[in-house]
Amino acid sequence: MTEQRQANWAEEAVREHAEDAAVHDHELAQYPSGADHPSREQQVLDRIEKARARKPKVKEERITLAHGAGGKATQSLVEAIFLDSFRNPLLEPLEDAATVTANGTRLAFTTDSFVVSPLFFPGGDIGDLAINGTVNDLAVSGATPMSLSAGFILEEGFPVADLRRIVASMKAAAEAAGVQIVTGDTKVVERGKADGCYINTAGVGLLDPGRELGIATARPGDAVIVSGPVGEHGMTIMLERGELDIEAELVSDTAPLHELVATLLEADSGVRAMRDATRGGVATILNEVAQAAGVAVVVNESDVPVRAEVRGACELLGIDPLYVACEGRLVTIVDGSRTDEALAALRSHPLGAEAAVIGRIADDPPGLVLLNTGFGGTRIVDLLVGDPLPRIC
Amino acid sequence: MRFVDEYRDADKARALSAKIVGLCEPGRQYKFMEVCGGHTHTIYKHGLEDYLPESITLVHGPGCPVCVIPMGRVDDAIALAEQPDVIMTSFGDMMRVPGGRGSFFDSKAAGTDIRMVYSPLDALKIARQNPDKHVVFMAIGFETTAPSTAMTALRAEAEGIENFSIFCNHVTIIPAIKAILDSPDLRLDGFIGPGHVSTVIGCRPYEFIAAEYDKPLVTAGFEPLDILQSVYMLLLQLSEGRSEVENQYGRVVPWDGNMVALRAVEQVMELRPYFEWRGLGFISHSALRMKEHFARYDAERHFSLPGVRVADPKACQCGEVLKGVLKPWECKVFGTACTPETPIGTCMVSSEGACAAYYNFGRFSRERVRQASQPQPVTIEAGARKA
Repeated sequence: MTEQRQANWAEEAVREHAEDAAVHDHELAQYPSGADHPSREQQVLDRIEKARARKPKVKEERITLAHGAGGKATQSLVEAIFLDSFRNPLLEPLEDAATVTANGTRLAFTTDSFVVSPLFFPGGDIGDLAINGTVNDLAVSGATPMSLSAGFILEEGFPVADLRRIVASMKAAAEAAGVQIVTGDTKVVERGKADGCYINTAGVGLLDPGRELGIATARPGDAVIVSGPVGEHGMTIMLERGELDIEAELVSDTAPLHELVATLLEADSGVRAMRDATRGGVATILNEVAQAAGVAVVVNESDVPVRAEVRGACELLGIDPLYVACEGRLVTIVDGSRTDEALAALRSHPLGAEAAVIGRIADDPPGLVLLNTGFGGTRIVDLLVGDPLPRIC
Repeated sequence: MRFVDEYRDADKARALSAKIVGLCEPGRQYKFMEVCGGHTHTIYKHGLEDYLPESITLVHGPGCPVCVIPMGRVDDAIALAEQPDVIMTSFGDMMRVPGGRGSFFDSKAAGTDIRMVYSPLDALKIARQNPDKHVVFMAIGFETTAPSTAMTALRAEAEGIENFSIFCNHVTIIPAIKAILDSPDLRLDGFIGPGHVSTVIGCRPYEFIAAEYDKPLVTAGFEPLDILQSVYMLLLQLSEGRSEVENQYGRVVPWDGNMVALRAVEQVMELRPYFEWRGLGFISHSALRMKEHFARYDAERHFSLPGVRVADPKACQCGEVLKGVLKPWECKVFGTACTPETPIGTCMVSSEGACAAYYNFGRFSRERVRQASQPQPVTIEAGARKA
């Protein structure tokens, strides 16, 4: 026999959960079956939920790409490292923007960094992405976007012509969104220490004093609406990288959502919460809703709008379009009795012309997203651990 | 979408489901194994079990190429990536598979150059573009992917490329099925045969399963209706007292396989005396290595590898899950110590593994959801109404 050793990380994980395993054995021995007790499968499911609800830990010794993919690994990193140190009531809800109050005025405050590769892609570039991304985080928080900052990290050797092009599209995007870039910063790093150009934007927006939005307010009976077809930005970027040898007529959906949001809110459409479906896609947002509100989100696969090109590419790559990023789509949870008004309001704006109700909020099973598949079956839609594909926003 | 939607038609599924129920003998329990991880994925992704009566259990087999790679081989691959001036290339689904000391992603984070490719030919392209580096391709998969690896070795030889080698981990499906058939606690009534593997090897190699073990096998496609129809065909064989090899996936699988692909594999690779499978242990003649003639493209001969075996953790019950003795959730560590983030056992490793598919897609009580979707009877208790 060859030399042999143990996988220490695995033995460690087993030890850590040894108590769970003992309880498991005990429970299974006690209740082989019977209607008076939860089924054996249900007991296992309950214990898994308990294990999932534990305080997240970052077990890796180094940061991996999965930590930036927006899924479970990102969630663990944010909660175990950032939230754990910075914890305060304004940060804790982990919404797209924080609500800060100054002299009685409520402001939404947010920040986002952009590292997309390639920098220029069909339908947009890193410049308009950087403006729209922050405008959208403010808008879906219910705020009117006001002022933005722009920080640039540039790599030695980066063509000035490319920078001009990026800045021109930032200017155009800011004008379209009715915001001004009022402060900024520039750093240059040595060749090889960055990928051309990274941009960080932060923004503040004015909140309506009477409006409280938040995903934790979702309740059974509410409707789940998306403002248009999903996954176009993410798939455009994946195809544009040229690694897949797939060609499709696709452009990014990058767009500022402030007008669409204003139209929706003005229509008195019973909005409980809005999110823009960026990294991690619609599936990640729905999981956040289910967890924050302690409800079930039930989605009908055939009702989710997906363009044929996106669906085709997803089929070939084995990716679920529900996880593919958008940069100009919002997901909103509205009072079930106001569904028609909300849908009509969204559809009255060009960016929401293809809005669709994709599901509803239910009470059971709490914390999970259930999908009624086009085939007629049922499954859950979980958070991904990470994303096997390169960064996309 | 054409060529997809017609195989996901809910009306046809309901009709097939009724025929399946009609064929089940009352009181009899059926266990069918889908050998291929792609089938497992389809079953959970589309919620196919909702169409099957409770008397039919689908057991998820060993046909997930990423899952069966033992941890020691992952460590060897990482050791290769750590050699100076080496670029390691791999299919994307291998990136997160942990070995004894971590995964490709962890190794990449620690500074090695590991790149995802979509085909071994892409690895060869990287070799051409980086003449001062040595490019290793981590070859994994059953007979499905072995031909493309073989073709790549032939191409490298034809072009005289010297800075390229293959870390060959190709495995063969028949010995794994035989290992399961020979296990004393086997409880299977039939097999849903692998689809993609059969496009290469055809259906003849399965004939011994019907002849010697008296179990029916139906080679199946990867859309949900394909699998449902295969279950129906298996039940039909059982009800008529037959055990034969049948081909449901005739639109892609030729009965005799793909001779060109098989010849390429034979030209480049040969059977290993034995190979370790994660969860199943050592199986003789179950994997391929590079032939002597292709020694210069064989990473195992090019570099010296640690070759240290990493034991499967004792708590892991993958072997029982693979044989259908346990359901994924009946394993002690399922969903607690063993999750897709920290997969202790093979079945949790890739999305095609039985436990991962159950965890990612099936982690809810079908019974409860069924009850919740029934209209609730309205009862008004006396005194409960407010005036």
